[in-house]
Amino acid sequence: MATRSVSRQRQMQETILYPLDWIEERSGLVGAVRYFLFRKVPGDVNWFQTLGSATLTAFLVQATTGVILAMYYQPGPTTAYSSIQRITNDLWAGWLVRGMHRWGASVFIILMFMHMGRVFLFGAYKYPRELTWLIGVGLLALGLLEGFTGYLLPWDQTAYWATTVGININGTGPFIGPFLAQFLQGGRYINGDTLSRFYSIHMLLLPGAIFALIGLHLWLVIRLGVTSPPWSKEAAGIGPLPGDPASDGNGRVR
Amino acid sequence: MEPSREHPSSGRPTLWPWLFALGVVLVLVGIVFSWIAVAIGAVLAVGAGFAWVRGVAGAGTLLQTGEVEPERRLPVEPAEDAYVPPAPPRYGRAAFLELSTLGLGAVIGGLVTAPALGFMVLPPFLKQEFKENDVGPVSDFPVNTWVVTTFMADASQGEVSRKTAFIRNNGMLGKYPSYTIISNHCAHLGCPVQPNGPLLGKGSPFGDKEMQYKDVTLIPALNIAGFGCPCHGGAYDTEGNRVAGPPVRALDRYSFSIRDGHLYLGAPFSVSYVQGTGAQAKIHKWALAFPGEHVSGVESWLYPVQPPH
Repeated sequence: MATRSVSRQRQMQETILYPLDWIEERSGLVGAVRYFLFRKVPGDVNWFQTLGSATLTAFLVQATTGVILAMYYQPGPTTAYSSIQRITNDLWAGWLVRGMHRWGASVFIILMFMHMGRVFLFGAYKYPRELTWLIGVGLLALGLLEGFTGYLLPWDQTAYWATTVGININGTGPFIGPFLAQFLQGGRYINGDTLSRFYSIHMLLLPGAIFALIGLHLWLVIRLGVTSPPWSKEAAGIGPLPGDPASDGNGRVR
Repeated sequence: MEPSREHPSSGRPTLWPWLFALGVVLVLVGIVFSWIAVAIGAVLAVGAGFAWVRGVAGAGTLLQTGEVEPERRLPVEPAEDAYVPPAPPRYGRAAFLELSTLGLGAVIGGLVTAPALGFMVLPPFLKQEFKENDVGPVSDFPVNTWVVTTFMADASQGEVSRKTAFIRNNGMLGKYPSYTIISNHCAHLGCPVQPNGPLLGKGSPFGDKEMQYKDVTLIPALNIAGFGCPCHGGAYDTEGNRVAGPPVRALDRYSFSIRDGHLYLGAPFSVSYVQGTGAQAKIHKWALAFPGEHVSGVESWLYPVQPPH
């Protein structure tokens, strides 16, 4: 009786694990996820070191709500504003999703700056993590551009004049400024093409670039490990990487 | 394996790639500005490209095999199962195939990318001629009265194309009519400049004088003391000269013409400053620049070329 229930239990476990094993055998994904999620981190990390994940979460919220908003938003000089009105006032929970996207944008930017401040004050940008910092700066620039391009999309007076001023600030850049401004504007004045090109940049070009850079950013975080706080006495990071210049003699990265 | 052997062509730096790139840039810029530049750029690109390829493929580096050192056998016979390195390949053919694969890939990539990039960049710079706008009969513009005139520059674009001009009929200058037509785009960053004075119009305490002509709204104004910008405090006098605040030049103006008794607004232009007033004003006129850009003085050297607009 006892042996039978043990073997049944094992059978059950194997049945449950079978799909995972199937995937792991073919793709190695389970190992990759384990490598990604179950890493050694210093014992004395604190809440400040969750700001990066918080920023990532904020971006994922923006991406998700943005995809859904794009199902109702109609970019066009005569339709954009009314479709925003419809999303906000008529559609079920439209006000909520638009609000998440609108306020989430500010949350995303604020979290990026807080994360950046944490990295700076902890000295986490130093060797061997300079490249992580540089990619983060690229992400900050792309995030700000998302804010700039997204601001035009409601197509109201605020959007129009803010974008006018923003484009004309670009226009004051030396030598190429006038060309940059006219390129952004899609013509001699702000017109329907300005809206659709900002929409395309906002929802296709920049998010794609941000996803790619986040991938690189995370890869470097995983490869190099998490920094200890400045006051830590503990060497931080990952196990030895053969031939990795970032590893010290003990196979650790601080 | 010696890397220098593997890429026998990568040793010498040459100017040809740069001249080729310059030619391509000339072609793209020329499409906007002049066909002569396109021709020069095309000739430059083809010539430099040819010389580049010739330099890479020729010069006896690619198709010829370098001196092959005679193989030397070790005095000791290797063990039977020892790894025997394969004979060093002759790199000429391999390098040729590598280069032609990369080259063909680059050509295909370029053929796909160039039109797409051109489609993204060029349309905002082509066909940007200003269309004239009929703002109504000249009788709507009494002599020495400012009329705030709001018109649609392109009705197909809807309300977003609405522009505003401040129009003052200066009466006759000799046998020609004179109008001062000032754009409301602030010369700082393009915010809408407002007249400093009461407007007549619907709901105004000064009376209902608002007029409508098709899409054009005409609102006369009483004694205007100048123009002010609500965004950053730029201030102008009644000729559009900057008197205070961040603007870098005077307000832009519209050219005009009169046909069949109607006033037509033509292409706008930029103004550094205006001497005198009204019909006697001497306007220092420049090609239309974006707000915030100097059109005269040393600072204008920062903006040597304006796109067609």
